[in-house]
Amino acid sequence: MSTPTAPVPSEALEAAAFRPMLRPGRWFWPLFGLLGATVLAAVGAFAYQYAEGLWVAGYSDQAFFGIYEANLVAFIGVSYGGAVVSAVLRLTHARWGAPLSRMAEAMAVVALIVGGAFAIVHLGRPERVWTIFTSPNFSSPIVWDFMAITTYLLATSLFLYLPLIPDLARARDRLARRGVRHRIYAALALRWHDLPDQRSRLSWAVTVLAILVIPLAVSVHSVLAYTFSMTTRPGWHSTIFGPYFVVGALYSGVGLVILVVAAFRRAYRLEAFIQPRHLLNLAWMMVALGLVYLYLTFSETLTAAYTATRDELPVIAALLEGPFAPAFWTFLVTGVLAPIALVALPSRRRVGVLVLAAALAVVGMWLKRLLITLPSATLPLIDEAAPWGSPVFTWVPILITLGATAAIPLGLMILFRFVPVIAIDECEQAGEEPTLTPAVRRAVPEGVAG
Amino acid sequence: MNVEQAEPLQVPPREEPKRALSRRAVLQSVAALGAGASLGGLGAAPQLVALVKGLDRVAPATPRSGPAAGMNATRRWVMVIDLRRCDGCGKCTKACQATHYLEPDQTWLKVYKLKSSAGTEYFMPRLCMHCEDAPCLRVCPVGATFKNAGGVVLVDQDKCIGCRLCMSACPYEARYFNWIEPTKRPPLAVLPTPEFPAPQRKGTVGKCTFCVHSTSHGELPSCVESCPMEAIYIGDLDADVATNGPQTVRLSTFLRDNHATRYKEELNTGPRVYYIAGHGEDAER
Repeated sequence: MSTPTAPVPSEALEAAAFRPMLRPGRWFWPLFGLLGATVLAAVGAFAYQYAEGLWVAGYSDQAFFGIYEANLVAFIGVSYGGAVVSAVLRLTHARWGAPLSRMAEAMAVVALIVGGAFAIVHLGRPERVWTIFTSPNFSSPIVWDFMAITTYLLATSLFLYLPLIPDLARARDRLARRGVRHRIYAALALRWHDLPDQRSRLSWAVTVLAILVIPLAVSVHSVLAYTFSMTTRPGWHSTIFGPYFVVGALYSGVGLVILVVAAFRRAYRLEAFIQPRHLLNLAWMMVALGLVYLYLTFSETLTAAYTATRDELPVIAALLEGPFAPAFWTFLVTGVLAPIALVALPSRRRVGVLVLAAALAVVGMWLKRLLITLPSATLPLIDEAAPWGSPVFTWVPILITLGATAAIPLGLMILFRFVPVIAIDECEQAGEEPTLTPAVRRAVPEGVAG
Repeated sequence: MNVEQAEPLQVPPREEPKRALSRRAVLQSVAALGAGASLGGLGAAPQLVALVKGLDRVAPATPRSGPAAGMNATRRWVMVIDLRRCDGCGKCTKACQATHYLEPDQTWLKVYKLKSSAGTEYFMPRLCMHCEDAPCLRVCPVGATFKNAGGVVLVDQDKCIGCRLCMSACPYEARYFNWIEPTKRPPLAVLPTPEFPAPQRKGTVGKCTFCVHSTSHGELPSCVESCPMEAIYIGDLDADVATNGPQTVRLSTFLRDNHATRYKEELNTGPRVYYIAGHGEDAER
């Protein structure tokens, strides 16, 4: 082990990061049980849907896409935010980001797995999903989706794992000196002994991954957008859709990073290492992306509404003043304008307000994905006077959506039982000096940091 | 059904839908642009263009050999629907559903009651257009949708994964999903084939097959047979004939003389269903 430059803060950091791995706290198991039960219920609902057919999810020929497709975009979208936040902070050498990187990268992997699951849940024949790889038709956007998502899953997993190696070595040396846990950490740490040669190689590899992960994430979300825009359906057939989806994903993704960071900061008492300014910095990123999203929404809506062709008008009218209008304006006001205002108003920059803004952005963007999916999938294409298809939100998709939402905190809670919630090594390298408050001193359990 | 083929009449061209720019050529340019922009000096542009060239490999199953192949030449099936005759009785839909063992809401042939811009009501039967450049076929991730030798777009329900992207791509609402376990099945237990997909399979998509199981041995599709107004014709672009049962016409002249149009021609899908409008119908929309 190298000698830390600032021994006391470093020990406090290590202790705080290791603590959830040893004693996660009184609330851990009850919350674990609650989230786990929700996920299990969702799995049960999926099994029921598989046995009965997709009608139990409220689909019909006039509403063939709905909540699952919106979830697919929303969950993969937030994953994108986690990966890109971390990659951008690394590439710009923004050292303040070091305490956040682990949570952002972990969230990227967990949310991607959950989001990717919807690519299977929405299928009529999920047991045949593997044929996308064995007999692909390369002109299909769904094949592009699967190629992009699997590549991106590999990249984000590596992006989580590589910076983790020094921390795994630390766990091997300091947390579990013998037993199964020691052997697992030892295997995963790949004989890391903090040699200068190892460090330079690791730093190179992480930089390469950080560069790679950004275009990969852009590709994943563009391709998801193409699944919609490569059809001639009004509302979907839009040249702006690729970048529109990418920005929306980033906006909601940074929002979820804020929620994850704030939650674990509070739950694992990391206030000394993650300060309000960290959350505020993230919130500024979110505001910038929200403004771009607002602009793109305006641009897209105006273009369609101005010419108001026979094809486009029904969709745009349904959104602005028709049956989807309440949801659309709710999204615009509470999902974009309110988060921007909450962060931008100077007197309001308390952590609670930032968390509220982020939560509004994440939920608002989920609603927006539903507003992208539903109108175009329910619009009659031949008889303009015909009633629109009516999607039904049955308990099956609602339960599965709740389960997926619960799976993200659950996955992170499980993960941070085994790996440090804060990148200890990176924080040391970044030279972030935490302020030792009495709360932190109390948070340091004896015998851990020794 | 076969007529003399000695003198070449004005057979509609064998080529894909007439247009100055082909979709494929344009896509290749786009791919080159994308490759040039994103991969730049990596030298990957040729590979990418080759990939995009291969994109449509499943699409043109229509043989290019010409009508010289004799009596066994493959057909290029089309239908012609005479909107002047259709009275919206819906017998075609019923016959279709009975033939294919479909649920009541699975209207592979659906008769729309529409209003023209002049305010008159008319009926428009809609079946699968069996497009030359079918958008559904292009987006199918596993190639479950394919074209047979006669240009008929079929679905292999043993392959379909139920992603419904074809439903989203079809501009004609012609595809119907099996949201439930089908309740109707043929009396004899035969294995469903793409040509005769009965019973339908849960979790997969189904659509009009132009009744290839009948036309392949010289019988009429059930909609043609059942139409009391004799408004629906089945025909072959190569043999240049069409028939509604009692009456057989020379297809090219019939289409030309009656100013037949194809629905949503502007989408460049090249439908294989022609409509004859008469009383102000907006067949072309």
